[in-house]
Formats: sequence, structure tokens, C-alpha cells
Amino acid sequence: MNAKLKKIVPQLLTLTFVALVFGFFSYNAQLNMENRGISFGYGFLSQESSFDVQFSLIEYDGSHSYFRAYLVGLLNTILVSVIGIIFATLIGVVVGIARLSSNLLINKAAAYYVEFFRNIPLLLQIFFWYFAALRALPLPEDAEPIFGVIFLTIKGLFIPAFIWNNLNIFLYSLLAAIISTIVIRSYSKRLREAKGKQIPVLYISLGLIVGLPLLSFIIGGVTLSFEIPQLVQLAKTSFRFNGGLGLPPELIALTLALALYTATFIAECVRAGIQGVSKGQKEAAASIGLTPNQVLKLVIMPQALRIIIPPTTNQYLNLTKNSSLAAAIAYPDLVLVFAGTALMQTGRAIEIVSITMLTYLTLSVSISILMNWYNKKIAIKEK
Amino acid sequence: MKFVNITKDNFNNYLYSGIFLIFISILDVFLNSFFSINATSFLPEFLSFVLPLIIGFIGLYFIRVEHSGIKNLDIINKNINTNNFNAILTLLIIFVIIKSLPPFLSWFIIDANIAGDSKEACTGTGACWTYIKIWLRRFIYGMYPNAEQWRINLSFISLTALGLVGFFATEKYKKYLTLYYVVIYPFISFLFIYFFISGGRIFFDFSYGIIAAAISIILGFFIPNKFKLYYFLIVPITFYILLKYVFFFEEYIELGMIEGLVWVETGAWGGLSLTFIISFFCLIFCFPIGMALALGRRSDFPLIRYICIGFIEFWRGVPLITVLFMSSVMFPMFLPQDVYVDKLVRCIIAISLFEAAYVAEVIRGGLQALPRGQYDAAKSLGMGYWKMHIFVILPQALKLVIPGIANTFLALVKDTPLIFVVGLLEIVGMLNLAKTNPEWLGFAMEGYVFAAIIFWIICYAMSKYSYNLEIKYKTER
Repeated sequence: MNAKLKKIVPQLLTLTFVALVFGFFSYNAQLNMENRGISFGYGFLSQESSFDVQFSLIEYDGSHSYFRAYLVGLLNTILVSVIGIIFATLIGVVVGIARLSSNLLINKAAAYYVEFFRNIPLLLQIFFWYFAALRALPLPEDAEPIFGVIFLTIKGLFIPAFIWNNLNIFLYSLLAAIISTIVIRSYSKRLREAKGKQIPVLYISLGLIVGLPLLSFIIGGVTLSFEIPQLVQLAKTSFRFNGGLGLPPELIALTLALALYTATFIAECVRAGIQGVSKGQKEAAASIGLTPNQVLKLVIMPQALRIIIPPTTNQYLNLTKNSSLAAAIAYPDLVLVFAGTALMQTGRAIEIVSITMLTYLTLSVSISILMNWYNKKIAIKEK
Repeated sequence: MKFVNITKDNFNNYLYSGIFLIFISILDVFLNSFFSINATSFLPEFLSFVLPLIIGFIGLYFIRVEHSGIKNLDIINKNINTNNFNAILTLLIIFVIIKSLPPFLSWFIIDANIAGDSKEACTGTGACWTYIKIWLRRFIYGMYPNAEQWRINLSFISLTALGLVGFFATEKYKKYLTLYYVVIYPFISFLFIYFFISGGRIFFDFSYGIIAAAISIILGFFIPNKFKLYYFLIVPITFYILLKYVFFFEEYIELGMIEGLVWVETGAWGGLSLTFIISFFCLIFCFPIGMALALGRRSDFPLIRYICIGFIEFWRGVPLITVLFMSSVMFPMFLPQDVYVDKLVRCIIAISLFEAAYVAEVIRGGLQALPRGQYDAAKSLGMGYWKMHIFVILPQALKLVIPGIANTFLALVKDTPLIFVVGLLEIVGMLNLAKTNPEWLGFAMEGYVFAAIIFWIICYAMSKYSYNLEIKYKTER
């Protein structure tokens, strides 16, 4: 009886404490809201937002609802995170491998890069790129084209836009190619395990992924043309680019800072992963007659990835969360659009902050659940 | 496949011509970048651009001989010249360094200005360090009044001195160090910050407290041991009340007979000193909270475990900026109407809770890494839960996770600029403010470079220190 009591009492005490704190907070919140004459509820989401956002992936203006504004912010956050993750991974992998190079200069250069960028606050780096580095770019009228079609100016980066006809047919063909590749891969694996036969999976899948979309151009009626940005004069001293795809300087600064900062951490993960595979593995693989390519593909990489992927995912999560620093340079991400402008207008602090936090929480938790699942899948199954 | 056949006989010829070619290629780039002389301008533009690379590559190819017998040559070959690919990378890096050195040096030092005390002094094309010089006070102290800044200096100096006590403690007092650093030192620092840097009327409460404590400790020597406990429970508080309400010092202040310290509201604090204050307190608070959460997460009680898991995952899942948003716009709604919590305090609470979740995960890693035998051994000695953790488990687990904790603390220091969300301006915030000053437009670059250097030094020193700690406490298993 005594042992049981010993188990229950601390738990009950904790529960009471948590309940008391929550009760105290919600009681006060209710009282405060009554005093200010606002009622708790999420009905405001369907009201007209009446504010503009300067950069949006979906059609949006002041006449749309607050929920639409929320979507605009969320999509902008996802956009900058995805671009940032791609670049951070590219830089990180290159630097991580360079850290292991036998060339002393390359090795040191990579080490200095890592030490330099990881020890400076990310916010400072964002400010640096946005307020100092990008401000040194030329005005639209003075900009020199890169490859004749890309313009990097103080107003942002202007690149040719794709103009698709029947885009959905193209996408369907791509999807079909990817699915059939997966099917072929698993079929070839079964074939190899059952009969020891090898079929050239790589060539078949490459052919499928390139061929099917190409086919859609020829018989599916898909056409693609480019729209090159054109300089137009608005007033005597005011120029801008028309057409094409314009990326605002905020997006560029944010992506640069996020990618360069996160790449240092990814580089360390990659280095640790490759170093974590013991030399004996490589020698053993070579001694049973695998080619160097096969050694890398079948022995080193699977083991290194097992070490690399979990911490790298953490870095991806960090990058996504850090993208909220966008608010500091007025890139319209979720925090700026929703927790900033929308909150100012409606004054619904509790609802809006809770929605924003829940959104980030959902993003994080879903990625980490996915990663845990993947981790379990690739973990060594000991017999 | 070999393009040239290097043998023992012609080895010297190749070596000298190789060194000559490398020298020529580097000289060409050097002249080009430092004196803007293009020695190969008679060639087509593209060829003239890549020529040094080709010449240098051939030179490196000539000197690449295995076991030449010349020590320095072997070292060079082994480190930067193992194969063609490495040779090209080596040349590229050397060229990039030579190319980028002149513009960097000219901006940073040669064409830079530091003299004078107005914008007009900056005439060069380089950096304007005058701007940093003029604004240095603001960057370090924020909006803290100039006349009162000695209080910050004095506090920081005395706190550093008190913090260094550990290095000078003799063997006899070593065992009290943990107590000192965990309980007494944070408390003293809090008193300093709260009464000294904040100042104001409340400063006198502090002095009453000190006087009361001092008098009662001195008198305490004459009290027999038997009554000491009761004495220290009653007398200091009595003294304090007497000083505050009976001797009425406060009336003297109002009459202007004694001058107190001027009260400086936290909104005026800022700059680098605020960075230090926030990092310091968050560091102190987040560690014990994180430790408790880590233990809670591994507790045998399901309810406590789930509460801790929920708490940790919540803070880890949201960005700090939204947490600060919450502390500034949502938190006041949760408090009774007449309660006002200072902005800075709210900030410190928010950041501490946020970082505590990360600390908790790091410590949990250490707890999990310990072999089960440690737990079993401690239990078999008859230790209870707390005794086992304090004397056996935690010391070992914390030793294991020193690098992880150091990384979390580094992240904390790097996160402090985010407090701009609630309107507090530490050094980066002050930079942004100074940048918009109409008299000093256009010096954003200098400011950011300055702050970057400062942060870099702080963070680099911290990471090196943690590395040393890791080595020092490394024990073989």
C-alpha cells in the first residue's frame, strides 16, 4: 500500500501543479478578454483581411480572407525553407567532403569556412546580406545580364519564367515515370535475390524519367516557352523589369544566410558520417572483389548515411524554424504576415500566436515522425 | 598514361623548370591583382585568363615525384599535389586568396578611416571605422545614460572577479565550489544586476539588506551555538524592518539629503552589455530546468514522463521568434490585470524555457549513454533515487555531454539578437538603429562587420573552452 502511494502522490502533485498553472492562466485570459470586449474564437479567419502582401505564390490581395493571408505566409515559409534546404545540402556535402580531402589547402579552407560561419549569429548574417551586401548591387537600369537572360539588381533577381501549356499532362507523365521506376527497382531487387540476375536499372529508370516527359511534349500537346524579363521605364528615373520571374531581395538574402549558416552544420554531419565508417569495411569490400564504385555505393554510403541522416534532419528542422527570422527583414513569411500584420489588425493575440506555433509544431513533428520511421527502416537489424 | 617521363637523370631539370613555371604563374596573378598589370594582355581574353592556371598546373605536374629524397618537396607533394585534380584545386585556392587579398586589405585597413569624429572624416573608399568609434558607447551600453555607465562597468568587473574565484580556490575550499557557482554566485549576480544596474530607490532596500546582514553576522559571533538558528531566523529580518520603516532613511532621500542611484528602466539597457546579461541569466536558469526535464523524461511515473515529453517537444518544435512573440503579446493576457512583468524578465523566462528543452535533450542523451550497470550498482549500494542521481549518474552523464551543452549555450548566445522582437536592442539591434540615423547613413557594412567580429570572438572562445573541458574531464571507460 505504501509503495503504491509513493507512486501516486508525486504524479498527483505534478498534475495538480500543471492544472493549477493552466487554470490560473486561462482564468486570467478570460477575464482580460472580457475587459477588452473580445471573445475567443477563430471566426475572424474568414473575415476580409484588407492588407496587401508584396510577394505571394498564390493570388492574394486585400479582399481575401485572413485564412488566405495565413496560407500566403505559410507557402512563403515553405518556399524559403525548401530553397534553403537544397542549397544548404549542396554546400554542406561539398564542404563536408572537402574537410576530408587529403589536400591541405582544401581541408583548411573548408575548416575556416565552417568555423567562420557557424560562430556568427544567423540574424546578423541575414542583416549583413540584406542591408550591406545586396544594397551594393546595381540599379535595374545598370544591371548587366548574366548569360543574357538573368538580371541581378538591387530590386531582386529576375530570371526567365516558364510558360507551360498543358502542364498537368507533363506532371502526370513525370509521376508515371517515377512510379514505374520504383516498381522496376523493387522488381529487379527481387530478381537479383531470387535468381542472381542483374538488369540495368539505372539506364531503364533514366530513360523512363527523361523519355516519358519528352513523349508528352511530342504527343501530349505540352509546349514550353520562356518569358525573358524586359526592362521598362516607368518614369524618368524609375525602371523595373516586366515579365519573367522576379525574386525579391529579401528572399535572396534570407536564402543565402540560411544556406550558408546551415551548411556549416550539415558539413560537420557529413564529415562525422564518413569518418564513422571504419576503414576495415572499405578494405573488406575491396577484398571480396567489389569495384570502387560498388564499394562506395553498397558499403560506405549505406553506413555513412545511417550516421548522417538523423542529425541532418535536425538541421533541416532548424533551418525551417530559423526561416522565421524573415520577419526581421520584412520577407512576408508566416510570422510577418500572420503573427505580425494580421495580429496588429485583429488584436487576437492568443488565437493567432497559437495558430502560428501549432503550424510550426505540426511541421516539426511531422518531419521528425517521418525521420524516425526512416531511421527505423535503415537501422541495422541485428540477428 | 604519362606525358613526360621523369627519371633520376632528368629529375633536376624538371624540378627547376617546374618551380620556375609555378613561380611565373603566381607572379602573373600577383601582378594582376596587386598592381593591376596584365602581363599577358597580348593574348585573347579567355586564354590570358586561364594561362596562369595552365602554366601552374604543368609546373606542379613536373615537380610531382614520389620519394624524391628532398624533404620539403615530399611534404608539398603529399599535402597539396597528390594528383591532377588536387593540383588544380590547390592553384585555384592560391589564386583566389591572392586575388581577394588586395580589395579586402584596402577596404579593411589601407583606405579605411578612423580619425576624426564626424562623417566628414571618412573620405577614403575603405571602411569608416570612425562610425564605430563614435557609436561605440551605444553599441556597448545601449541607451543607458552616459553618466551612469560606470555602474555597468563596475558590476561586470566585480562579477568577473567573483566568477574567477574557482581558479584560485585552494584544495580545502574546492568542495564548496559547486555550491558557490550553483547557488551563491547567481544570487550575487542577480543582486548586482537588479539593484545596481537597475538602480533607483530600490537600491536602498539592497543596502538595508547588506547592513542588516553584516550587523547580524558580527553580532552572531557572540551568540551561543544553541540559539544560533533562532537568532539567524529572527534578527536579520528585524534589523531590516527597523532600518526600512523605523529609521526612515527614505524620508532623507525624499528631502534630498542622501542621493540614491538613478533608476534606469530596462528599456534603456542595450548593446553588448545586454547581450551578456541575457546570455548569463538564461544560461543559469536553463541548465537546472533542463536537468529536471531530462530526469522527468526518464522517470518511472508515466504521468510525469508524458508531461515532460510534451513540454520538451513543444518548445523544440517552435521557433524562438514565436516564443518571444508569445512572451510579448500573449503572456500579458495570461496574467491578472494589475500584474506587470518587465519586458526583460519576460524575455529571459522565454529564452530560458526554450533553451531548457534543448539542454534536456542533450542531458537525456548522456543519461541514456550510461550503461545499466551504473544504475544497478548504485541501487545495490542502497542508494535512493536522488542519491543515486546526484552522486553516481549525473556526474558521469554530464561529463559525457559537455560538447552538446556547450553547443546549446553557443546557440543561446547566438539567439540573443532575436530579442528585437520585444523591442529590446542588444548590439545587433543598436546597429540597426544607428544605421538609420540620418547623419550616419550608409555605414551598414562596417557595423555588421564589427558585430560579427565580436560575436565570432565570443563564440570561438566558448567553443575552444568547452573543447578544453572535454579533454580535461575525459575519463577512460
